[in-house]
Amino acid sequence: MSQTTVDQVTEPGYTAARDRPPTGTTGPWGWARANLFSSWWSTAVTLLLGYLILRFAVSFVAWALINAVWTVPFSPQGVPNTAVCQNAKGIGACWAILPDKYRLILLGRYPYDQQWRPAICVVLFVTLYGISAMRQFWRKELVLIWIGTLGAVGVLMWGGVLGMPLVTEDQWGGLPITLILATFGLAAAFPLSVLVALGRRSTSLPAVKMLCVLYVELIRGVPLVAVLFMASVMFPLFMPDGVNIDKLLRAQVAFILFTGAYLAEVVRGGLQSLPKGQAEAADALGLSYWKKTGFIILPQALRMVIPPLVNTFIGSFKDTSLVLIIGLFDLLTMGTVALSDPPWQSFSTEVYLTLAVIYFVFCFAMSKYSRGLERELARAHRR
Amino acid sequence: MSQAVHNIPHMADTQAPPAIVLDKVNKWYGAMHVLRDVSLTIAEKERVVVCGPSGSGKSTMIRCINRLETHQEGHIIVDGTELTDDTRALDTIRREVGMVFQSFNLFPHLTILENCTLAPIWVRKMPKADAEELAMNFLTRVKIPEQAKKYPGQLSGGQQQRVAIARALCMRPKIMLFDEPTSALDPEMIKEVLDTMIQLAEDGMTMVCVTHEMGFARQVADRVVFMDRGEIVESGTPLRMFEDPQTDRLKLFLSQILRGH
Repeated sequence: MSQTTVDQVTEPGYTAARDRPPTGTTGPWGWARANLFSSWWSTAVTLLLGYLILRFAVSFVAWALINAVWTVPFSPQGVPNTAVCQNAKGIGACWAILPDKYRLILLGRYPYDQQWRPAICVVLFVTLYGISAMRQFWRKELVLIWIGTLGAVGVLMWGGVLGMPLVTEDQWGGLPITLILATFGLAAAFPLSVLVALGRRSTSLPAVKMLCVLYVELIRGVPLVAVLFMASVMFPLFMPDGVNIDKLLRAQVAFILFTGAYLAEVVRGGLQSLPKGQAEAADALGLSYWKKTGFIILPQALRMVIPPLVNTFIGSFKDTSLVLIIGLFDLLTMGTVALSDPPWQSFSTEVYLTLAVIYFVFCFAMSKYSRGLERELARAHRR
Repeated sequence: MSQAVHNIPHMADTQAPPAIVLDKVNKWYGAMHVLRDVSLTIAEKERVVVCGPSGSGKSTMIRCINRLETHQEGHIIVDGTELTDDTRALDTIRREVGMVFQSFNLFPHLTILENCTLAPIWVRKMPKADAEELAMNFLTRVKIPEQAKKYPGQLSGGQQQRVAIARALCMRPKIMLFDEPTSALDPEMIKEVLDTMIQLAEDGMTMVCVTHEMGFARQVADRVVFMDRGEIVESGTPLRMFEDPQTDRLKLFLSQILRGH
């Protein structure tokens, strides 16, 4: 460290050496001194926590990597012999369950030879997220891309056309279910929430306003589990005989209504934080209500609520796992199903850890992206 | 903009139809009576300065003219159209009446140019290229064409207010309303905004301006209207109003204003 510092100072043309802060206050060492070892008390805490973290890390690496069992022998009938794993239990992880069960966990009970279809759907979803995240694609065509992609997902999952055999929704499961619920859910709940938030602030349409207030307060007053139960158990009772709306669709609608109510309140917060003068200026220019809302109010209001919006998005993404209670097989449920296979029964840690990583990747991507977006928008339009 | 080159004193200009008529306008905020029987007729190309102590209802009155506030009694007729709940009439009027606010109210998420072209494109249905050309014209007139690509947050207060004037002018309004356009500005920026407004007045725009800038009133106003406690107390030419105030309330107001300057 000190060697390089001297080199820099004596470099020809480098005359600002005296303007630099004293050695030891910059760089990683300076940072550590200021933040970790500023007093004897802070040093003690740093050392203690450092020790604990290190110990945890060492034992985790030992369990997850060094002592882990990667493969187990299979009997000619395809039954795994997990004796090695049983012996290693508590000392090493049994990752052998993943190669055996990953297709069941990720793609559910979809017909095995057709599983390329849900797999493509997952790729389509991730590509769609990627494209939507890039600002150069923020044009009208993006809506068409969304409609096209979601339509393609429907065709691939159901089939029945283009030589693909029909696969009904009760055979769907795993990651596609989670992504379908979350993507269709947020894609529909977000516009719904904007309309509800605008309706709730309407001064000229008291009936619409009351309807919006009623919707938000009713839905927010009950847990998602209850809404899902209502959609799955109570709703069919009110339908005429012979009309049978699919369970997945009912869950999807329940999910949209639930998320929409929460998002509506977030959007309303944004609308309220906008200075009144903005709407007045738009009015004075003769802009109609929808043009005023679309060009002036919403772009500013939504920008202000990116953090709570993404917060709700992330929460909703994870809430999709609650469809387990009405018998839909989302990613988390499929993990549980995989563990019900007797030889693997005692290796839940490995499966749930893997599932946690999958959920984390999606949620962290959202969170990371929203922070980047906030920074970018703030830089462009600093007031 | 085919304005007359000569500025005829408009008090004498009785042939032209009135641009704005307020007839016994009353307004209440709850139990508070903020406009009391306000009657005022403003001729085309007339420049009227409205002054008065704060809370006198002058801002409320000017905001009633393009219905940012609604009046409860009386009639307001702008450019031959009466202001009612009819939204189509309102749209017509707002297209013809430009407004400049105390707090500028530029759209911070749009560039200066976009601020100016938004309404012409979407309300006047002007092609984008034409709207941009028009906007650049007006930005040049308010002397800030070089800022067109910037965002409002990057401009000084005086510049922002000049953009706000250009934005209103881009709609080619027949009438311009100014609601204390210089009150939120630092002293060194007031002049650049007033100069823009003087230029506009010289072009023959019908203007109603709420302001305390007595120098401006003297220089451009055809008529000064003094309001206090929701009513019009006195009105007349600037010279008559400032040199020979008839009412005690105006005398008091003028003495306070002059002491303040």
